[in-house]
Amino acid sequence: MKFNSDNWKGFKGDVWRDEINVRDFIQTNYTPYDGDESFLVPSSEKTHKVWNKLTEMFKVERERGVYDAETKLPQTITTYGPGYIDKDNEVVVGLQTDAPLKRGIFPKGGIRMVENSLNAYGYELDPMTKEIFTKYRKTHNEGVFSAYTEEMLEARRSAIITGLPDAYGRGRIIGDYRRVALYGTEVLIAEKKHFQKRLDIQEITEETIRSREEVTEQIKALKDFEKMCAGYGFDVTRPAKDAREAVQFVYLAYLAAVKDQDGAAMSIGRTATFLDIYIEKDIREGKLTEEEAQELVDQMIIKLRIVRFLRTPEYNDLFSGDPVWVTESLGGMGIDGRTLVTKTCYRYLHTLYNLGPAPEPNLTVLWAEKLPENWKKYCAKVSIDTSAIQYENDDLMRVEYGDDYGIACCVSPMKIGKQMQYFGARANLAKCLLYAINGGRDEISGVQVAPRFAPITSEYLDYEEVMQKYSQMMRWLAKVYINALKIIHYMHDKYAYEAFEMSLHDGRVERIRATGIAGLSIVADSLAAIRDCKVKVIRDERGLAVGFEREGDYVPFGNNCDSTDKIAVDITERFMEYLRQHETYRNATPTQSILTITSNVVYGKKTGSTPDGRKGGTPFAPGANPMNGRDIKGAVAALASVAKLPFQHAHDGISYTFAISPAALGKENETRVNNLVGLLDGYFTPTGGQHLNVNVFDADLLIDAMEHPEKYPQLTIRVSGYAVNFVKLTKEQQLDVISRTINQSM
Amino acid sequence: MEIVGKIHSIESFGTVDGPGIRFVTFMQGCPLRCAYCHNPDTWDIQAQTKYEYTPSQLFDEAMRYKNFIKSGGVTLTGGEPLMQPDFVREYFRLCQEAGVHTALDTAGSVITEKTLSVLDYTNLVLLDIKALDAGLCKKVSGSNGQATFRFLDELQSRNIPTWIRHVVVPTLTDNDTSIKSLIEYLKPYNVVEKIEWLPYHTLGVFKYKELGIPYPLEGIEPLDKKRIEEIKKMQQFINRE
Repeated sequence: MKFNSDNWKGFKGDVWRDEINVRDFIQTNYTPYDGDESFLVPSSEKTHKVWNKLTEMFKVERERGVYDAETKLPQTITTYGPGYIDKDNEVVVGLQTDAPLKRGIFPKGGIRMVENSLNAYGYELDPMTKEIFTKYRKTHNEGVFSAYTEEMLEARRSAIITGLPDAYGRGRIIGDYRRVALYGTEVLIAEKKHFQKRLDIQEITEETIRSREEVTEQIKALKDFEKMCAGYGFDVTRPAKDAREAVQFVYLAYLAAVKDQDGAAMSIGRTATFLDIYIEKDIREGKLTEEEAQELVDQMIIKLRIVRFLRTPEYNDLFSGDPVWVTESLGGMGIDGRTLVTKTCYRYLHTLYNLGPAPEPNLTVLWAEKLPENWKKYCAKVSIDTSAIQYENDDLMRVEYGDDYGIACCVSPMKIGKQMQYFGARANLAKCLLYAINGGRDEISGVQVAPRFAPITSEYLDYEEVMQKYSQMMRWLAKVYINALKIIHYMHDKYAYEAFEMSLHDGRVERIRATGIAGLSIVADSLAAIRDCKVKVIRDERGLAVGFEREGDYVPFGNNCDSTDKIAVDITERFMEYLRQHETYRNATPTQSILTITSNVVYGKKTGSTPDGRKGGTPFAPGANPMNGRDIKGAVAALASVAKLPFQHAHDGISYTFAISPAALGKENETRVNNLVGLLDGYFTPTGGQHLNVNVFDADLLIDAMEHPEKYPQLTIRVSGYAVNFVKLTKEQQLDVISRTINQSM
Repeated sequence: MEIVGKIHSIESFGTVDGPGIRFVTFMQGCPLRCAYCHNPDTWDIQAQTKYEYTPSQLFDEAMRYKNFIKSGGVTLTGGEPLMQPDFVREYFRLCQEAGVHTALDTAGSVITEKTLSVLDYTNLVLLDIKALDAGLCKKVSGSNGQATFRFLDELQSRNIPTWIRHVVVPTLTDNDTSIKSLIEYLKPYNVVEKIEWLPYHTLGVFKYKELGIPYPLEGIEPLDKKRIEEIKKMQQFINRE
């Protein structure tokens, strides 16, 4: 065996002792569980005390926006010594800064954002820190803007491309935090050094120089991490010796990542079944009780619930309610046919009862036809009770991603420790359609954003002409979008490299370039209207199309009508093809998502009237959802339409958000559970949909929560790709959610 | 000539009209004029409808959802599906042949040889009883309701599982005496698997405004859902006797 440790006594298997291979360790040691939830226990006294203390602090945080913030010291892994909430009662320790809910600053990303966010909450940035990051140390943000082209700046300003990670950390990189618990840092550092040695070849290239430097950064980060852990009294240089240490080490590793980076999505991966091996072993050996096991899980989840970043108000408009996307992927099936559901998967979901519902961590159930029935029912019950979990199609993703992938952010599958991604927000395809009609001029500002392609001048829109011009405009958009992303990721690697997260990846990592699209249902409906009806253009004095009049009817996307749905499929494929035509930064594999997060509201505001009949300024549908109120054949028909969208051309995920009142799900509790299981089974076939957010609540409840937020501090709802405290959404977003809730069927 | 069904609308995620997830089709046309009807737009059999499908077209449409309805099935409701018996029979036949569970939501208000032959291919009947008392029934629905009870006898003799549905309307059908006598009446029918007590609601009132029809139950408040629990207790008590 290449590696050895006394702490591995009792574990089976060899492969993982010869190479870094967490998957092999899981496969050779885990215990599938197909029983029900009756073994679960309530949270301990200690957990209650810790959670109650935080609950009081959340009230203050809600009022002020932030509880406390750093104003001087840039955040790193070792900036702060140990911090605690209630030391005597914490069984899992470690805080991002020196006090709970205190937000650190990450000026490497951009000093202006730090300053603006601090000012927004009444804090003042220390002048010395400002000077250092203005005068002596360049930031990612500054780097990007020093290289952006005029065209990129215009595209960004006009919101045809929105949410680019040029002013905040790109995130979406999942370190394999389990490696720390299984191997300890000594082995991980040795492996990194070994890899670096191999990066010594005849002809040194820019890529090799960069890789060598990066590995050095990674090793430095691991050493810093050792120091950070020593501060809490843990020796992470060797493997975890029991369940307590395993949970603690995985959490500490994740903690170091959120101390090192303020990425938009900081997902944790797939930890439950890994940790279950340690927990079940200790229970078997009489070293741990069920109460203690649940206590460990509860307390780790508490920690994941209080990860905080300081954001600007503009960022909050796009990604509302303080999301961190601590996404944890639960369950799924192994490629050998055994389920990866374990008792600890139940323990994770059970925290939603023990601690009450919460948006974080972003609990994501990997659904498969052959999952144990008990587990399916338990998940459905949790959804009905809490609306806090999301589902993704394991049978669809396992084919390419194997059985040890996790979801980054909302819907992006990543092989853990083997793939990383260059996150690229999204392009507005609805606005792009208006640009095609208006010859590249923005319908709101009138500015010539795209090249001066000939506008459409006819009174009525002709489908062929529109399609031809739209294709041309999409090609332009793909170009400016991809090029902007190259600049962004070049600068991010240069000025804000994720050394710690990348230290928990293989040396030769696969890179994925994730782009995204918004407004797909508007485009499909608009094109269907142009094809099937007469659509007249209303132009203003600038000659810009600002309104449309329609004679006749079309069947909108979301009614399982093949002729309309095919348009959505074609556009997805076509735009992906245009993206693929471009060379990528560091040979990353191009992908795209159909996802908006909460930015569907902002996108709507910034996009004029569209030929489908949508008035300018009204919200887009979230993600891949049909437009609000147009799916008149019921939820299953809408799901069937979305399921047609091709995953092979949207590997970064296809998000669908579904909200239904309990009464519309069935009359009795048992019926509701069975119907929800039936719905998920029907949607997640091997060729079916990829993602589903499930919300179960009455619109009346949301209306009441809007009027009396103080009564609903923990009310959690799913929006496109994540969960959020309803009361933390902006009023416009709240109204948008309410308008999309399916009420009692008639 | 091929049979063409007049269809008012389709709900692909039916969860309250029979067991499991159901592909529910609302048929156009109804001989009754129930005071509380929440679908008055389905009354007129002559009206122009959104869909006109042959049985096999509707069957093909339903089959597009077979993954979803595998533990549920299809339901025909309305309107009164029995106004289009040939369509119903053929559609149900196709569904049953494909192994799909069929449910018929009806008031049993049209009894002919043809309408009864629909039952050859029906797995479950959701039988809407307006009122036991003929006078009250007339007041509620415009018909004395005797056909419904003959239909129930037919279900009993054919041994077709039946769920009874009864809308409880304040001031109209909501009184202990008539509810008790309905429960007593149903006791000997062993095909009756359950009675669904449906609380009167006002969600359909807007349609009356749209159609320009005066709403007969103007001013009557929706039934308090707690009342349904009381009725269920009453039912348990009677059935234990």
